[in-house]
Amino acid sequence: MDTCIEKIRAIGADLLAKGEVEIIIGFSDGSIPMAARPVAVSSRDDMEKLVFNSTCGLNLANYVSKNSLSGKGAKIAVVAKGCDARNLVTHMVENQISRDQIYIIGVPCTGMVDKRKIASMFEDEITKFAEEGDTLIIESALKKLTVKKTDVLRHNCQVCTHPNPPVFDVMAAEPVAEQTLDQPFADVDNIAAMDPEARWAYFQELTQNCIRCYACRNACPLCYCPTCFVDESSPQWVGKGQNQTDVTTFHFLRAFHCAGRCTDCGACVEACPMGINVREFTRKLNKDALELFGWEAGLDLEKRPPLDVYSPDDPNDFIK
Amino acid sequence: MMGNLLEHMGVDRDRIHFSWISSAEATKFVDVVKEISDKVRALGPNKKFVKDYNK
Repeated sequence: MDTCIEKIRAIGADLLAKGEVEIIIGFSDGSIPMAARPVAVSSRDDMEKLVFNSTCGLNLANYVSKNSLSGKGAKIAVVAKGCDARNLVTHMVENQISRDQIYIIGVPCTGMVDKRKIASMFEDEITKFAEEGDTLIIESALKKLTVKKTDVLRHNCQVCTHPNPPVFDVMAAEPVAEQTLDQPFADVDNIAAMDPEARWAYFQELTQNCIRCYACRNACPLCYCPTCFVDESSPQWVGKGQNQTDVTTFHFLRAFHCAGRCTDCGACVEACPMGINVREFTRKLNKDALELFGWEAGLDLEKRPPLDVYSPDDPNDFIK
Repeated sequence: MMGNLLEHMGVDRDRIHFSWISSAEATKFVDVVKEISDKVRALGPNKKFVKDYNK
């Protein structure tokens, strides 16, 4: 995947030179291996900062919002994987940004790696991460491992059916093959097969280490409310501490605010410092959105999200 | 979808109820409330999403 970075840089340099965009939002290397971080590039000299590899797991649509664009009139270019582009579409559908404010540099994505899984293969700190095609070479002071990227893909990338941006201005490489899955929601089905008490226990255990840092919310491009319900104190919707009931309420509501909007980009899980798979909540919503409304978020600029419109065909057996 | 997610998280489905009752439908309101309270009474006290202040 390293191959397309030269193309991304060339496209970026060209856009800046022509004055078509003022800023390019992309990824740059972090201060430690496997910690690619977002960067905003506004001069040609900084173009070398841009990188793209299998550790770019955050969602760059998060850095484009009504607030960041308002009043400036500047056009922003975004380096977008399939999910980033889908979230940009969601921003447009929700009237947060307009199509002409954004220049989408599409990147066909072969998936991002699960950094926790890789870290768990080492006893000490990882000092070097490199990739050649489908092979990852990871080093620490004690050992050097060569692993296949497909073995350490994040779960949301394993089940991703839209690795190519559905909307873009330019593509940095040829689109990759898209998979279709017989059972796209096997993880959700496994939980649904448990009895209610076991499911409750499962979600209680899942969130028991939550420190309420809200990294999942902050990393999520869908969470752009000026004041989040968790930060509101009048009224106080939910307690702020680590009381398990408050924690459960937070996770339930955070997830539900993403209903019919989530692209399963995995940024929430990527950001969680406690390694909680908060996608377990949104996965159920994504499954329902698909099964009840035939909806997957961020694929179409023209269609309205299912919870945004009324249709006589909407399922209504739950109303008694 | 909200009811489905709550059910997925382990909340009893009989505790979640959605109804559309017009302000003119007083009898329907009574019937629905009766039905819900009967169902919930059968389930017993709820222990989920409840804060225990004695802890």
